[in-house]
Amino acid sequence: MRLTGAQLIIHLLECQEITTIAGIPGGANLPLYDALSQSHKIRHVLARHEQGAGFIAQGMARANGKPAVCFATSGPGATNLLTAIADAKMDSIPLICITGQVPTAMIGTDAFQEVDTYGLSIPITKHNFLVRSADELLKVIPEAFRIAASGRPGPVLIDVPKDVQNQRLEFHTWPEPGWPEPAPAGATVDIEAAATLINTAARPILYLGGGVIHAGAAPLATRLAEKAGIPATMTLMGLGAVPMDHPRAIGMLGMHAARYTNLALEACDLLIATGVRFDDRATGKAAAFCPNARIVHIDIDPGEIDKIKTAYVGIVGDVREVLAALLPLVEEQPRAAWLEQVEALQARYPLHMSGADDPRLPYGLILQTASLLDDDAIITTDVGQHQMWAAQVYPVRRPRQWLTSGGLGTMGFGLPAAIGAALAYPARTVVCFSGDGSLLMNIQELATAVEEEVHVKIILMNNNSLGLVHQQQELFYGRRIFASDYQTRVDFMTMAKSFGMTAYDLAATADPYATLAQALHTPGPCLIHAPIGVQEKVYPMVPPGAANSEMIAGDADVNGHT
Amino acid sequence: MSTGTLKSHKPMHARDAQAVLELTVNNHPGVMSHICGLFARRSYNVEAILCLPIGSGAQSRIWLLVHADHRLEQMIKQVGKLEDVHSIQRHSANPEVFVHLEKFFRT
Repeated sequence: MRLTGAQLIIHLLECQEITTIAGIPGGANLPLYDALSQSHKIRHVLARHEQGAGFIAQGMARANGKPAVCFATSGPGATNLLTAIADAKMDSIPLICITGQVPTAMIGTDAFQEVDTYGLSIPITKHNFLVRSADELLKVIPEAFRIAASGRPGPVLIDVPKDVQNQRLEFHTWPEPGWPEPAPAGATVDIEAAATLINTAARPILYLGGGVIHAGAAPLATRLAEKAGIPATMTLMGLGAVPMDHPRAIGMLGMHAARYTNLALEACDLLIATGVRFDDRATGKAAAFCPNARIVHIDIDPGEIDKIKTAYVGIVGDVREVLAALLPLVEEQPRAAWLEQVEALQARYPLHMSGADDPRLPYGLILQTASLLDDDAIITTDVGQHQMWAAQVYPVRRPRQWLTSGGLGTMGFGLPAAIGAALAYPARTVVCFSGDGSLLMNIQELATAVEEEVHVKIILMNNNSLGLVHQQQELFYGRRIFASDYQTRVDFMTMAKSFGMTAYDLAATADPYATLAQALHTPGPCLIHAPIGVQEKVYPMVPPGAANSEMIAGDADVNGHT
Repeated sequence: MSTGTLKSHKPMHARDAQAVLELTVNNHPGVMSHICGLFARRSYNVEAILCLPIGSGAQSRIWLLVHADHRLEQMIKQVGKLEDVHSIQRHSANPEVFVHLEKFFRT
């Protein structure tokens, strides 16, 4: 066989069962695009900004759990991708980024659109490659897929100089595609120790994170909660591990948890931390987190064990393998006293979902949206108040239903991620809850959504401000509102229409519920404009740096509606 | 190698606890950057560093001299996760790999 480096890359991607690639062409990746144009198996989705391409790929990967691919050219193409890559690293998303680079002989000469993509991407990738010759591609491409999907998943970047893309290579056999390595199982002695702790604990809690979703361990985690009578709390990344309305589910923990959830954690004597990394937004002040509990920590990444909290039993292994081995050793028990205690806490300190019936108010809008969708629907969010409100009340019932930027907290994530999810599952409805601040950060992808005719519904909670910043300035900075309230009001209705997208305004309709239903049930992309008050707050709230027991508000209806 | 403005520790004194780390790594142009960057961005100073190819030259041995503070266990785990690192070993006793180099560093 005699192929160019670019043709080789495209063929190897086809062998990896890649069917959709998001990206933008430019000078240094044109050979790659020329080869892609000849592929019958891969469809290209043209983003309008490389960060959009990165998040479209993330949306595909988050929705189906498989590595997804994005392309960018050298220089600004590569630097524009960096935020999406860093985001994937923080949330352990398998992503393959292939960037063009200036020709090998010009590297280091400050050539046009040259940047040190390799150096820039080191701290935000799981691994990266600068390819020096076409024959290396035969090894590097399968390697990249193996690394991205094995163990704790993550992004891999492959930087390919233009001359390597053009180089003709004579070779005889294709390499095997790169698939995930078998997952490590965890040490039996540790799993037995964990079972003993669970069987003898009086007040255990399951603390489930994104690792449970990544490992496909959600049914096992739910079974463990049921069998041993263990309340289960979830992190922002773990939502969907146990259905939100399951009797053992006690909601999201941490900064914007319901009071009873954090109070139950305060009271627990055993914390079964599963696929979590003790993020500060979940734990509050770490020293004061679950002060009375021994910790069993199950994670595939040895670096997470004892990183923030010392584990009484640490199990390094795939969460699914470990839970499967643990379940038969765990005794069936009703644990009535503890469950009653948690129920009493819930009755006394519930989440106050004020305005739940009114689609013109945040909780009402989210809950009414949910009532119009089934569990096949995929929910993405941007970052801010709307994200926290949705995390608090959206009835997420299955893994990979909920796609959000957890660790990096990237505003601008929601729309392109929704496009990616819709490309992965074209028959499903994808709802993107967004805010005006976030949506403007990747607004150009409206064009991509229209071009691809994806079934994406953007629900824009517009308070003409950076709401969560506004809230913090009001609560913690003496009400000195600065740089968080926009002075210009964007006309999002006209903007959506200018992109060729249908737009619905819930403020301009007599029956917002009917309008919402019409918008959600009409095929194709649309924007649903929902003005909300800038005074609306996310409560309860743990002040940054405080212990989770120091929640402010949320013990009554503070937003002032019923 | 110094981490410049990120440096959070005093220069090493004789009484400070030190640790010597021995790594076996792939030998290619990005490896040092991966390892040194990991220490640098956690403002963990590397006091001394030695690197030479071993065997056929496909791999290198790296020796690092670092402070042994409470973050060292986490650093070792993170270094161990790098794709280009085949092994990392902490030597509790000073293996003296740096001792004989002192004559090259007299001011």
